Parts: sequence; structure tokens; C-alpha cells
Amino acid sequence: MGEAKVGSRRVLTRDTFPELFRALVESGYEVVGPTVRDGAIVYDRLRSVEELPIGWTDRQEAGTYRLERRNDRALFGYNVGPFTWKKFLFPSRERLWTAVRKEGSFTVETEPTNGPPVAFFGLRACELAGLVVTDRVFAGGPVADPGYSGRRSRVFRIAVQCGQAGGTCFCVSMGTGPAVRGGADLVLTEILSPGPHRFLLEVGSEAGADVVDRLPGPSVAAGSEERARAEEIVEATANSMGRRMETHGIRELLRDNLEHPRWEIVAARCLSCTNCTMVCPTCFCSAQEEVPELDGEKVERWRRWDSCFNLAFTELHGASVRKSGLSRYRQWMTHKLGTWHDQFGTSGCVGCGRCITWCPVGIDLTEEVAAIRASPGAIAPKAGGKT
Amino acid sequence: MPAPRRPRLAVWKFASCDGCQLSVLDCEDELLALADRVEIANFREASSAVLDGPYDLSLVEGSITTAEDARRIKEVRAESRVLVTIGACATAGGIQSLRNFANVDEFRRIVYARPEYIEILATSTPIADHVPVDFELRGCPISKAQLLEVIAAFLQDRTPNTPNESVCIECKRRGNVCVVVAKGTPCLGPVTQAGCGAICPAFHRGCYGCFGPQGSPNIPSILEHLAARGMSGPEVRRVFRTFNSLAPAFRTAGDRAGAEER
Repeated sequence: MGEAKVGSRRVLTRDTFPELFRALVESGYEVVGPTVRDGAIVYDRLRSVEELPIGWTDRQEAGTYRLERRNDRALFGYNVGPFTWKKFLFPSRERLWTAVRKEGSFTVETEPTNGPPVAFFGLRACELAGLVVTDRVFAGGPVADPGYSGRRSRVFRIAVQCGQAGGTCFCVSMGTGPAVRGGADLVLTEILSPGPHRFLLEVGSEAGADVVDRLPGPSVAAGSEERARAEEIVEATANSMGRRMETHGIRELLRDNLEHPRWEIVAARCLSCTNCTMVCPTCFCSAQEEVPELDGEKVERWRRWDSCFNLAFTELHGASVRKSGLSRYRQWMTHKLGTWHDQFGTSGCVGCGRCITWCPVGIDLTEEVAAIRASPGAIAPKAGGKT
Repeated sequence: MPAPRRPRLAVWKFASCDGCQLSVLDCEDELLALADRVEIANFREASSAVLDGPYDLSLVEGSITTAEDARRIKEVRAESRVLVTIGACATAGGIQSLRNFANVDEFRRIVYARPEYIEILATSTPIADHVPVDFELRGCPISKAQLLEVIAAFLQDRTPNTPNESVCIECKRRGNVCVVVAKGTPCLGPVTQAGCGAICPAFHRGCYGCFGPQGSPNIPSILEHLAARGMSGPEVRRVFRTFNSLAPAFRTAGDRAGAEER
């Protein structure tokens, strides 16, 4: 038995920080985490701590994202990028099974659900909340998705408490961050000052304790100094959110305002391009398609990411149910913030702000909610009959 | 039981660059399987051996730019059970339809030493303007995977699966970082139909709209967005007037962007 336990703390200096990475690799994990590619911070396979976005930050506003140099060498001095951890659990394209014709009948081969254990290195609080949401969607019902469940069971979660808020962040409004409250195997807080560059490491699970026991050197209990500093950092982040959204009674607000004139205003801007749903950590829709060979002897069933903004998403017997951009935007937002509660018992929104940043025309759902809240009960003149 | 007769395939060329026909030959790995399932009866790009019609499936490349073409497409239609247009020329007029927005006589005088030898219509028009078309496959050029899907669908008597969603969704599935948001690059991806696999954004370029308009393009919004990102009216008109300038939504975009400048 090792020394570390759930709740144990350690302090890693910048020099000893790579030991954590090494301990993960030695424990058998493939490590994926943030790294710089093509002008953004993306999640990808990491081979060392040096591949983290060291000294980079991101400036985010509605419809714009820019990487900038920091004036320090922070490892986690940025917020969330265009991709989410969902891509590792729910791949954008995935073969589900293959059927082969055989003697007047056919056989079905399913896909294997085994794979290597993976460490998600650098999950933010909002992203941990996103995992809880997708766990409920894919694995919380009577039938669990085998691919998702298999991959999810092999994930080790190293969370990072945010040391700054991004321009489109609103986790405080959604009650999901920036403090990490459970759901992680290990929790890091980066301390840049005062004193030397160091990290508070807190153990959140038995699996986390096993990794910490692999760290070299004596198990020095973290000083209360680092713990207090971590709280100050998270508090400062909470106080500098780029956005906020009033969530009180939001389910009823949206339900009672389906004919509000604001929907037409936002629909005039919405490109139905699907970007908001693609970058959302909780959007889970997919299309399934048969890919047959020319000779019709073999067919593969594939699942690909789909979006409620696609015209074909609601196509039934040759026509779409939600033909207008208005009905599609309204469907997305009322589901994400309202009817998700009815379906899954929580909000579908974790306040990460990706849909605001990555909308090409900068549509901001916090602004849309505020506009409806400002004049509840208003009815668009052309209301009714719009599908 | 005797083997059923293989359906007869024909590939026809009108005003075009041959790039889409070459996509058929580009199906290298699948070409033998294809030849097993269909009889390639008339495909001059591949073989000078030509069998007479009628044909079960005709793939038509190119647009109608001469009186002779306009007559010939009617013949092709008459001897084809199913007629599928392949590519932007056949489906939306192609790059040569830029003549529709200009004076073709002027071009003729400037380009040719003996303009009187050139017999040409004033416009380049899609095949569907002349004869009924059973299916239109988009792209400049078409995607090989989508072409095989269309042929498979024909053989299996079902509707082809060629989603009319945006290029953005392909970008995200592929893992591209959005060039609009991260770099401020003008991009037609949000209004363009998927199918190419988001090639240009994967190489840090904006989308050129090669597959024509997506299922529900918001033209007023993209025009406002491109203007806000610093493009002038003529610049915006130019990006919509390329390979798919006659596709209705792109035509509207080109017309509106131009109108603002006049």
C-alpha cells in the first residue's frame, strides 16, 4: 500500500513537474492533453510536458480566438480551445458494425470495445462537468453505448483549476467551476507567484493515489500556504468571468417564450453551419449510415457527428420538420438550457463559452437569454405557423 | 441461374475540364469491382471501344455552351434510363458560366484571331436547364467516394447518401482549427455543402465553395459577415462567382454583393 490517500496533497516544483507525466506513462496511460497546433490550443497525444502550450495564452471573444505569448512560462495559462475531450470518447466517425452476406443470410461483426488506458491531462472544471453530462447521455440510461462506455472506463482524469477566466467563460453562472469539486483523479493548481513556480497536487481517487505514490522523493504534505494560495487563485478567476448568464427559472423562461421576437433576430444571423454544436462538450447527436460495397455482399454501419442545425436532421419521409433557421436555433438553445433538465435532470450547458467563441458570426447565447429575459412574454408579429 | 446482365454505364462530356471524368478512373482500387458490376459501354476518356445505347446509367460531365451541345444532351437523355450529372459544370454551369454575367461577343473578339469560326451560345447552363436529371452530384471536382456511393446506390436501387450539410461540420470532424475564428480568414465553409472533406481549411485556406450551397445557406448573414471582415462588394461577388455561380443561393449572393457597389 502506498502512502497517498484521497485528499492527500503534494507540492511539485516546475523542475519536478515532469515526474508526474513520467508516473502516468509508467502507470500505463497514453497521455492526451493541450498543445499548440494551427493557431489554437487543441487536445492531442502528448509525449512530454514540453509539448504543453508553455508560455501561451488565448484571447477569446464572440467569433474570435487568438493565441498570444504570456510574459511568463506558465503551463496552464489559457482556457479552453475549439476541441473537447468528447472526441476521444465519442469519435467524430466510428464504425459500429459490419455485416457480411453468407449463404442466404448474413453475419454481423461488432467492433471491439477494448483499448489502452488514457490519461486526460488538464481537464478544466467545466469539462469535468461536461463529462458528467455525456456519461449520463451515453451510459446513464437503460442501454449504455458500448464504445463510449468502454473508452470512458479507461480514462484517468487530471484536472487543472483555472488560474484565469477567458473572455467567453461563464462557468460561475452554470455552477460548474472554476473550482474543481470532485470528479477528478488528480487536481492541479498552478501557482506562478508569489514564490517559485509550483503546483499544488491534490488526490481525488484511489487511482490518483497510485500515481502519486510513483512520484520520487519524500511525500511532503503540502503546506497550508499553497492550499490558501490555490483558493485565492480560483476566487480571482471566479471574479473575472468574461460572461454571465442568469439561470434562475431559465427552463420556464424559455418554455414560455417560444414565440419571442428575439428568435427572429438571432435566426437572421445564424448560419446553420453547426459550429456551436461541434465545439460543445455535451452535444451528442449523431447520424448513422450504411456504407455498402458495390457488390452488396458487405455493408458497414458508421456513426458520424450530426447536428440539429442540419436541414436533414429532422428529415422524415422526404421533408424536414424544422425547415427554418429560427426553429433550429430555438430547438438547440431551448434543449441545451431548458428541456435538457426534463430529459437528463441537469442543464446541458457547462458555461465553457466555446459556442460563443467559435460561432463565425459571434452569436452569444448569454446575450440571447438576457434579451428574452428583458422582455418576457413578447410575441413576434409573425408568430405561429413557423416551423 | 444465368448471371444477370450487367447494367450499361456511359460517361458523357460537355463543356468541362475532364476532371470529374478522371475521378472515375481515379477509383483505382475500386475500378475492377466497378467493372464487375457494370458494363462500361461508352467512356471515351477510358476506351475507344464504344457500345451503342441505350444505357442504364449515364454520368454527364460539363455544361451546355453550344447549340450542338443543347441538341446532343437531348439524345443522351433519350438513350439513358438514369441520368446523373457529375460536377459543378453539369450541375451549376461551371467556371465558364461567368460569361453569363458578361458579353460573350466581346470575349470572342478579344480571344480569337478569327472570331467568326467560333459558334457559341451566349450562356453556359447546367444540364438540368435542358433535360430532366435524376441526380446531381456536386463538386469541382466531384469526390471519388461520393461518386462510388452514387453508383452503389444506383446498383442497389436506393437514394444516394450525399449529405447537404455545411463544410464546417466536416472541418470539425476532421479536427481542423476554424480559419475564420482563429485567423480571420474569409471562408465560404458555413454556406457550402460538404463532400470535399474540408480540404482547403485543412491547409489553412478558406473554403472556395466548390461543392455549391449547403442545404440551408444563410446568404444575407454571410454577406454581412464577409463585409465585416473587410471584404469589399466586388471581392465578395468574386468569391461567389466561381464554379457554382449559377447555383441559386450563390447566384443571389453574387448579385447582391455586386449590387451594393453600383
